[in-house]
Amino acid sequence: MSELKLMKGNEALAEAAIRAGVDAYFGYPITPQSEVIEYLMYEQPEKRTGMVVLQAESEIAAINMVYGAASTGKRVLTSSSSPGISLKLEGISYIAGAELPAVIVNVVRGGPGLGTIQPSQADYFQSVKGGGHGDYKLYVLAPASVQEMADFVEDAFDIAFKYRAPVLILSDGLIGQMMEKVTLKPQKERMSNQELIEKYGSWAVTGKTNRQRNIITSLDLQSEKMEARVHRLMAKYAQMEKEDLRFEKIACDDAEYLIVAYGSSARIAQKTVELAREKGIKVGLLRPITLFPFPKKQLFELADQVKGILSVELNAGQMIEDVQIATQFKVPVEHFGRTGGIIHTPEEILEALEQKFIK
Amino acid sequence: MTEEIIIAGFGGQGVLSMGKILAYSGIIQNQEVSWMPSYGPEMRGGTANVTVILSDQRISSPYLRVFDTAIILNQQSMDKFENEVKPGGILIYDPNGITHHPTRTDIAIYQIKGTELAQQMGNKKIFNMVVLGGYLKIKPIIKLENVVEGLKKSLSERYQNLIPLNKEAIIKGMEHVEKYEAVY
Repeated sequence: MSELKLMKGNEALAEAAIRAGVDAYFGYPITPQSEVIEYLMYEQPEKRTGMVVLQAESEIAAINMVYGAASTGKRVLTSSSSPGISLKLEGISYIAGAELPAVIVNVVRGGPGLGTIQPSQADYFQSVKGGGHGDYKLYVLAPASVQEMADFVEDAFDIAFKYRAPVLILSDGLIGQMMEKVTLKPQKERMSNQELIEKYGSWAVTGKTNRQRNIITSLDLQSEKMEARVHRLMAKYAQMEKEDLRFEKIACDDAEYLIVAYGSSARIAQKTVELAREKGIKVGLLRPITLFPFPKKQLFELADQVKGILSVELNAGQMIEDVQIATQFKVPVEHFGRTGGIIHTPEEILEALEQKFIK
Repeated sequence: MTEEIIIAGFGGQGVLSMGKILAYSGIIQNQEVSWMPSYGPEMRGGTANVTVILSDQRISSPYLRVFDTAIILNQQSMDKFENEVKPGGILIYDPNGITHHPTRTDIAIYQIKGTELAQQMGNKKIFNMVVLGGYLKIKPIIKLENVVEGLKKSLSERYQNLIPLNKEAIIKGMEHVEKYEAVY
């Protein structure tokens, strides 16, 4: 039975992972993400579903545990916050290269460096432009509510297994720490090896059988083979763009100005839309739910309709570059965002919009 | 109905838990709720505040600049949040430790002597429930029985025996909240 609860975003994500039948979690605590591992340790899911929860000795160890466990075809999760994700990037690149499904959660805090423990969206570039080395991309989901923190766990695993590719849930300190009402799905059983093979094919290393050997590696010293692997990855990303783009349009039909914002900024900007419309300014909001794939076509079309686009992000201007590329400079695109852990208010966003486009 | 509330005071005064009880009570009344704390180093001994929103509709921003109601529990919070109450809004505060009383004339101001009343009741910790009672008297957005349900949900197993005392504190607060007229 589904269940209604009041939970922090981080806790909702952790509970949803148990209920989705995730096989293992490997992590290391860091603010503002620690409730994920705290909750999992407290709940002892090994008793509920047999899910393994382990605090590794470091983020690097955790991501390599993910690499290993994912090689066996299991559903594996890890989470961290910005500096910890930087440490995990080598492993993430290997996982992408070895074509393994895995879900990584980043509850972003301010950076660079150790930065601050307050909310931020300054890891946009790191999330969608690679981050680690090599020709790879992450499928990136950006939750904007506690409900989405819960729902996106299962969605992320579906995508990860559909493509055999790592998926990132890009949250932040605001969504992770706030409490909202959340409806939790009923408990699902973990899948057996046999069920996994039937559903996703035989590619994992599952011990000696009569089939041909499955080899998991990101290394290919034969250039032609390596190029074929890169082409295979690119084909997956092209398919993601075609089949799995997600976005939400709010009040865009008659909009004269457009805000583009994701995650926590999208929630705040939604109030800006309300305030603007009370003042008679027709503002709409495009919320990318996936940051890769990015709603390029939708933005390209909206650029013909609106007089200006404001990219609102809790950073110094990162997603704005993708908005500019998508709209091909057909319309002025400006950035607004606070940094350092300061959260912009709905009023501040409206002032910025008026100042940049109207006054 | 949408009620946007800031509760602000010292860390340890029960600011976050007061917000949590409100949020739980809202859920019991079938409302949409959000609870957004300011967290971090400032929580340890410094100021702590939480934004709570209760609404009949989907909540847009959980983070706000202006509020329908401010519940203020120390001077720093008074300095910061008095001016962030919407015109026509409400400010409720405990005068204990307040040296500069609020001066705005475009909002309704109420005092609730939470610290004093809790001491009289013999348990300083229920101070926040006295204040919550004061608030609920002024803005009866949640029925008392639903607050008690909210308390049951938000208190852990070993504190469930304190529910009658908490309820008593809420009623005490309801009885003792007073309108405050700024003196010039």
